[in-house]
Amino acid sequence: MCLAIPAKVVEIRESVAIVDFGGVRREARLDFVKDVKIGDYVIVHTGFAIEKLDEKTALESLKAWEEVFKVLEGE
Amino acid sequence: MDILKIYSDKELAQKILRAIYHEAEKIGREVRFMHVCGTHEDTVTRSGIRSLLPKNVKVLAGPGCPVCITPAEDIARMMEIMKKAREEGEEIILTTFGDMYKIPTAVGSFADLRSEGFDVRVVYSVYDSYKIAIENPDKLVVHFSPGFETTTAPAAGILNEVIEKNIKNFKVYSVHRLTPPAVEALIKQGTTFDGLIDPGHVSTIIGVKGWEYITKEYGVPQVVAGFEPIDFLMGLLMLLRIVRKGEVKIENEYTRVVKYEGNVEAQKTIKKLFDIVDAKWRALGVIPNSGLELKEEYKDWEIRTFYDVNVPKMPDLEKGCLCGAILRGLALPTDCPLFGKTCTPRNPVGPCMVSYEGTCQIFYKYGALF
Repeated sequence: MCLAIPAKVVEIRESVAIVDFGGVRREARLDFVKDVKIGDYVIVHTGFAIEKLDEKTALESLKAWEEVFKVLEGE
Repeated sequence: MDILKIYSDKELAQKILRAIYHEAEKIGREVRFMHVCGTHEDTVTRSGIRSLLPKNVKVLAGPGCPVCITPAEDIARMMEIMKKAREEGEEIILTTFGDMYKIPTAVGSFADLRSEGFDVRVVYSVYDSYKIAIENPDKLVVHFSPGFETTTAPAAGILNEVIEKNIKNFKVYSVHRLTPPAVEALIKQGTTFDGLIDPGHVSTIIGVKGWEYITKEYGVPQVVAGFEPIDFLMGLLMLLRIVRKGEVKIENEYTRVVKYEGNVEAQKTIKKLFDIVDAKWRALGVIPNSGLELKEEYKDWEIRTFYDVNVPKMPDLEKGCLCGAILRGLALPTDCPLFGKTCTPRNPVGPCMVSYEGTCQIFYKYGALF
């Protein structure tokens, strides 16, 4: 039920966006996410964007873990 | 690198697994981690994660399927409302999700109701139900609305618009439930685990903040995790590190989506429309403060306000069905004598076999991996 999928915003019409799930396009309502721009990734659950995908934070946290793995591999 | 591909990267998975073995060896004893999300169970089973883990690291599946725990009485009551409306000359269009449609009860399912000639439609979104109401202004559309916080948010979003526009031919039957009170109930009922993997999309709405009290009051370490194999493995690794260090805290693995405070706009809308009430969970009993009911001032949009029907008392589960123990994390589907024999996705005996988020259906679907 709580399955939610990242999709790319390709069009915005007031409170509804057209989002692209790797080829499949659908409507997603934007009631709960502010400042969405075309090109952003959003997480879509049952026709609603419930959050924006924060690429920068994701890459930073993975980078931090790489350091931990290096230390562990060295032990 | 493509942000969406990193999270199923094999090399990264191997690195995390090596770290998991390292931590598990240091801990020495058996550690049990529970998740409470059907989508997590799908990730675990589809990726064969249980088979990759050290012998002393166990993953339990809790009540992660809102459709599975929707009381049979509510399904029966909705069916009776459809029949009573017809007697009174009104044809209701009933909408619900695909898995809810097939959930069996002692008096049948919504699918059976449709085969009796009632207008029951499967929708992907509550937004679709709303559109059906707009297209059919002379008909009453009722959305039978199950779901945890993730699904409650869209329902609240649509209801908010319907109420603002004073649209009277769209109503809901709310069987929405809250996840943290269920975890609390499991702890109180004696399910024991060393840590909890929190559901990433419920957490998208309620935030890391929404889970904190479980750690504070019950001393259970938690990690909010996403749904790719890397996310779940990272979640396990983070929990193992917390346990090994003897810490009691909550961390967030799914930082690309989940914020500490959650989705405040969604929380505001849910709070505006719903009251928190004690509610029954199928096969788990009544859980305090775990259900959502439309507030008094918005009762015009709840179908039960208009129809008072009686439903017979009925068993939650068929005899022999282990769905209750499975939802509590006390058994796995393979422990059930009915699993894969009399109970299959085509002919489900219990609700855990119906939903694509039910532990039994997931085990059945990916059974070849065991």
